[in-house]
Amino acid sequence: MTPVLEVTDLNVSFGDVVAVRGVSYAVRQGEVLGIVGESGSGKSVTSAAVMGLLPPGATVTGSVRLHGKELIGARQRELTAFRGKTMSMVFQDPLSALTPVYRVGDQIAEAVRVHQKVTRTQAAAMAVELLDLVGIPNPAQRALAFPHEFSGGMRQRAVIAMAIANDPDVIICDEPTTALDVTIQAQVLEVLKKAQRETGAAIVMITHDLGVVAGFADRVLVMYAGRPVEVGGVDDIYYGPRMPYTVGLLSSIPRVDTDGRHPLVPIEGAPPSPAALPPGCPFAPRCPMRLDACEAAEPPLFDVGPAHQAACIRWQDVRPRVAAKHAVPVEPRDGRPRQDRQPVLKVDGLVKRYPLLRGSVFKRRVGTVHAVAGVSFEVREGETLGLVGESGCGKTTTLMEILELAEPQEGRIVVLGHDTARLGGAERMAIRRDMQVVFQDPLASLDPRMTVYDILAEPLRTHGRGDPGGRVAELLDLVGLDPSHAARYPQDFSGGQRQRIGIARALALEPRFLALDEPVSALDVSIQAGVINLLDALKAELGLSYLFVAHDLAVVRYIADRVAVMYLGRIAEIGQVDAVYEAPAHPYTQALLSAIPLPDPVRERSRRRILLEGDLPSPADPPSGCRFRTRCPKFRAELTDDERAVCVAVEPSVRLLDKDQGAACHYAEKLEVT
Amino acid sequence: MAGFLARRLLNYLVLVAVAASLAYMLAASALDPRSNYADRTPKPPPAVVDAQLTALNLNDHTPLLQRYATWAGGVVQGDFGRTVTGSPVNEDLKRRMGVTFRLVMIGLIFGSLLGVLVGAAAAVKQYGWFDRLSTGVSFLVLAMPVVVLANMLILLGTLANERLFGHRLFLVSGEYSDGLDTGFWGTVSDRLRHLILPTISLSLGLAAVFSRYQRNTMLDVLGADFVRTAMAKGLSRSQALIHHALRTALIPVATYFAFTFGALLTGATFTEKIFGWHGLGEQLINSIFTNDVNTVAAIAVIAAIAVLCASLAADLLHAALDPRVRAG
Amino acid sequence: MTALLVGRRAPSRLRVVAWRFFQSTQGRIGFAVLVLLFLLAFAGPALSPWSYTDKDFTAFLSPPSAEHWFGTLQTGADVYAVTLRGMRKSLIVGLLAALVSTALAAVVGAFAGYFSGWTDRTLTWGADLLLVLPAFLILAVMSPLFGAGQWVLFVIMLALFLWMVTSKIVRGMTISLKQREFIQAARFMGVSPVRIIFRHIIPNLSSLLIVDATLNVSAAILTETSLSYFGFGIQPPDVSFGTLIADGSRTALYAPWTFWFVAGLLVVTVLAVNLIGDALRDAFDPASRRPR
Repeated sequence: MTPVLEVTDLNVSFGDVVAVRGVSYAVRQGEVLGIVGESGSGKSVTSAAVMGLLPPGATVTGSVRLHGKELIGARQRELTAFRGKTMSMVFQDPLSALTPVYRVGDQIAEAVRVHQKVTRTQAAAMAVELLDLVGIPNPAQRALAFPHEFSGGMRQRAVIAMAIANDPDVIICDEPTTALDVTIQAQVLEVLKKAQRETGAAIVMITHDLGVVAGFADRVLVMYAGRPVEVGGVDDIYYGPRMPYTVGLLSSIPRVDTDGRHPLVPIEGAPPSPAALPPGCPFAPRCPMRLDACEAAEPPLFDVGPAHQAACIRWQDVRPRVAAKHAVPVEPRDGRPRQDRQPVLKVDGLVKRYPLLRGSVFKRRVGTVHAVAGVSFEVREGETLGLVGESGCGKTTTLMEILELAEPQEGRIVVLGHDTARLGGAERMAIRRDMQVVFQDPLASLDPRMTVYDILAEPLRTHGRGDPGGRVAELLDLVGLDPSHAARYPQDFSGGQRQRIGIARALALEPRFLALDEPVSALDVSIQAGVINLLDALKAELGLSYLFVAHDLAVVRYIADRVAVMYLGRIAEIGQVDAVYEAPAHPYTQALLSAIPLPDPVRERSRRRILLEGDLPSPADPPSGCRFRTRCPKFRAELTDDERAVCVAVEPSVRLLDKDQGAACHYAEKLEVT
Repeated sequence: MAGFLARRLLNYLVLVAVAASLAYMLAASALDPRSNYADRTPKPPPAVVDAQLTALNLNDHTPLLQRYATWAGGVVQGDFGRTVTGSPVNEDLKRRMGVTFRLVMIGLIFGSLLGVLVGAAAAVKQYGWFDRLSTGVSFLVLAMPVVVLANMLILLGTLANERLFGHRLFLVSGEYSDGLDTGFWGTVSDRLRHLILPTISLSLGLAAVFSRYQRNTMLDVLGADFVRTAMAKGLSRSQALIHHALRTALIPVATYFAFTFGALLTGATFTEKIFGWHGLGEQLINSIFTNDVNTVAAIAVIAAIAVLCASLAADLLHAALDPRVRAG
Repeated sequence: MTALLVGRRAPSRLRVVAWRFFQSTQGRIGFAVLVLLFLLAFAGPALSPWSYTDKDFTAFLSPPSAEHWFGTLQTGADVYAVTLRGMRKSLIVGLLAALVSTALAAVVGAFAGYFSGWTDRTLTWGADLLLVLPAFLILAVMSPLFGAGQWVLFVIMLALFLWMVTSKIVRGMTISLKQREFIQAARFMGVSPVRIIFRHIIPNLSSLLIVDATLNVSAAILTETSLSYFGFGIQPPDVSFGTLIADGSRTALYAPWTFWFVAGLLVVTVLAVNLIGDALRDAFDPASRRPR
């Protein structure tokens, strides 16, 4: 069978910077090719080059053949004839992929009308059918909506509808689920699989997430520094990688399904900038198996097995890494049982509402958002509580309420023994010293106009700690950075290093309690692992307590002792990490855990997913009774009418099921899902 | 919606009232109508001057607040008082308002349309010859104040009349020729010939501002994901630009409109004065020279109302263009 | 330790911006022209034997010659001398007014944006009021106060009507900056709000403010010209671009040199300032430049 799409020796450069170097691949009808790489690896540029959608100023060489027809150098007229018809594309950010001023239905109909001779009415009818196909409820009515009235998941479905409108032979998906929550990601991946069945198209799936392609792709291509470093069948890549980079990538991903705490193995250093590639193998500076020969020349792709190639001169020696034992003790070093340790943070019945405003010109209040609706938990000395949930669940609002150190609208917050409702100025300042925060985006959380020295000195100066010079050097050393870099600006550091600076700033005043707001979610996996390990080590070394807010359940499993799962402003389930992950009791936790893709092709293929229906209800108008019931698989399929009546009428509160595991469900039942 | 609109209008009303009061107080304390009588021969006796000034509510011997109260009382009933010569301000300004309104409207429409078109065309072929040319011209225009532009247009128009056409094609004084009797078409052509240069003088600056702004918003949008989506659908670059980019790029330009309106009014003032149109702007300058407090204050009120109307219009335009704003 | 650390600064942002600025043709031309104009305005008068107060009673309204480089006015004044004198005044007025108005815009906008609630409402309302008041009218009405030597008051009044739009932009950007994590970090660290505004917010808006200040220079020069043209700005015996253009336009038809020299210099000045502003914007925001 001849390939539908064949890319040979594709090179893309922007001026002097070569972004893509020698990419070759081919996909056959009905085949799924996963292209995996970290940010800056050139994977998205490759797909844009194939579609002919690169910005002006890019130089493309090599060959892209679609059904044997050469596309590089083809005329615009020919390109527009195949774009959207034979080959279509799904983009990463559904928020900006649709034109804000036109109705969704019209935009899909436009895709139809560009390539097919149909009337306006026919095209509109086809748009509705397509929306139905991708699983949008009430498609006829929703087709009249504007993009901003769609949720992220629905927008991505609309974009998929547009991509399959003309029954294409190839669909290129560029990180189609990266911007989405896990349960929505699971839905969208199902839609993509369905779309593939309907159209029989080949799919090129570009992603940074090794889990997403594990259960979906037939073959995988790993990219590093603009070039493919390993290609092969999905099982070969995951179970028998022959390139140290692939090995490193696989062992640095936190997984929800592995119990206990064997440490993640980070890849040291950061990916090279395409403008300054090291000589020889671009991975050599980070490679644990480096030899002098590696720096001599860039290795070509060696055939290492049937349809399996890797670009490493030592491919014969490369083995998948076996998990080592955790270097850091799991229990806090003083070994006191939990109930004997003092709480550093106690949140009791916290409520946060804010007005819902509509319109930017004719602004007015149209309702109340119940962002946090009665949340209770505590963090004790030396422990880490992971606060997890999808976007809109209220986890960040909860964190901000705690950090404000002000009286909450309802409920009580007690930080380090002080009730925030009764704090004087001096006490508040004292708590600010003992409670620090690390934010998600390391670049955004460091003032770009200040040097690292000034950034680290600011808390010391604010709290009058004299000359900060020595302490700054100490801090940089503590987080594994070179103290001589203090005079640089945040822009001069890589993402992982910046986050280390953020952590150093938080530690400057020797706090007892750290609030961490998604501290690793903006980082690439290979770097994320290093930061997680650092946080873990600092906690043990300095006796810190963490409140760790995250959307990634896998990361939380690595770092947290206890976990609280939030849904729509309430806690759905809370308890000791291993208990919750191994046998979740709340239907939402079960769905959430089962939605997370595992970097394990065999398990992925055999796994049964609990798919949630629809989107998160609006926090301005939450359902009566149990907030989860509108999407609850148990409510839908298992319960009797009488039992359902309880869910509709009574809002469940957290009920203890075990020594340290509680769930807010009337019918909580432990279930193994991963 | 109704409640929101009512609140907004109330806010506007307060703004106009405060602005008008401030303008009156400033005018009443800074201008000196008494000095108008100083140069008369024979010099009128002080008592007569006092009586006349009092009758016009312009007597600086009356406390400012009292004069203000009298003036405000009239304004609330729609009477802006009398000019220094004793004629009612209302009638005079009513006549002039039409003239200014015509000039501003024509300038506004012509200027913004031209600006948007030029800006969009320049953005489509960034750094092409048209982009370079339009950028150059708009920079040049932006460096010219209306007073210089108007004077240059008069000079160039006169030169063109003499050298190029051999007769007076461009008329540079007034809105129309007095006592002209050439039938309907004659009048139309006369009006047009009067109109050309003032319109250019007023709208060129506006067009330059809008073209720069439109070009920049267009360039912002050109790199947007949805333009890429449109092209991935199979639309050609120009189709994607016109259907998706231009339409979206119009939104911020519409809001910008409100900011430029004040400058447009000022420009109209200079244009009227220099081209001898008998509009509000000309009267404003004349009335400052004649220390005509009531006229100055009345024009300030009209200008304030016009600016607020423009800002309301810009908001409505924004809502009409952007579904995200009118949602819900 | 501190001295050691501070001594080893990486390439500062200022130097990067300056480098990018001088990379652009626009920036180079604008800068060179403006430097030349300043030289002309301050050193130029020394080259000519005529001062701006001299009157040559042997040459009324005479065309440019070796004696009078730019010709003379109806009064016999040397056009070269008065033009440079006017340019000097206009440049000073423009620079000062721009500086004052941009500073005002930065402070008012940042305070309004950072402290929402009443502070914001009051400041925004004040800005709205000044936007609604016709600036030209107020300045014109106040013109009797700008009599001889009172041009500083004029500068302040000019600045008072220039800052509102910028302050609205600054306010909007402050509101979004306030959400940024480094501001939050400072807040949760216990840094006081006023310190945050002056140490984090205003420095982070400096690119906008510098560009805005540049463009305000040209706005101020243009406004000054228009006001003085009608006799509402700079008052005699001071001269500025505006008063000279007003005089020149009356005799322009038969004595072009009285109008075109000064009008041309005005246009060149404003053009140079605008070119600098535009090039600065590009230098601060490399994303706005095309990939070369």
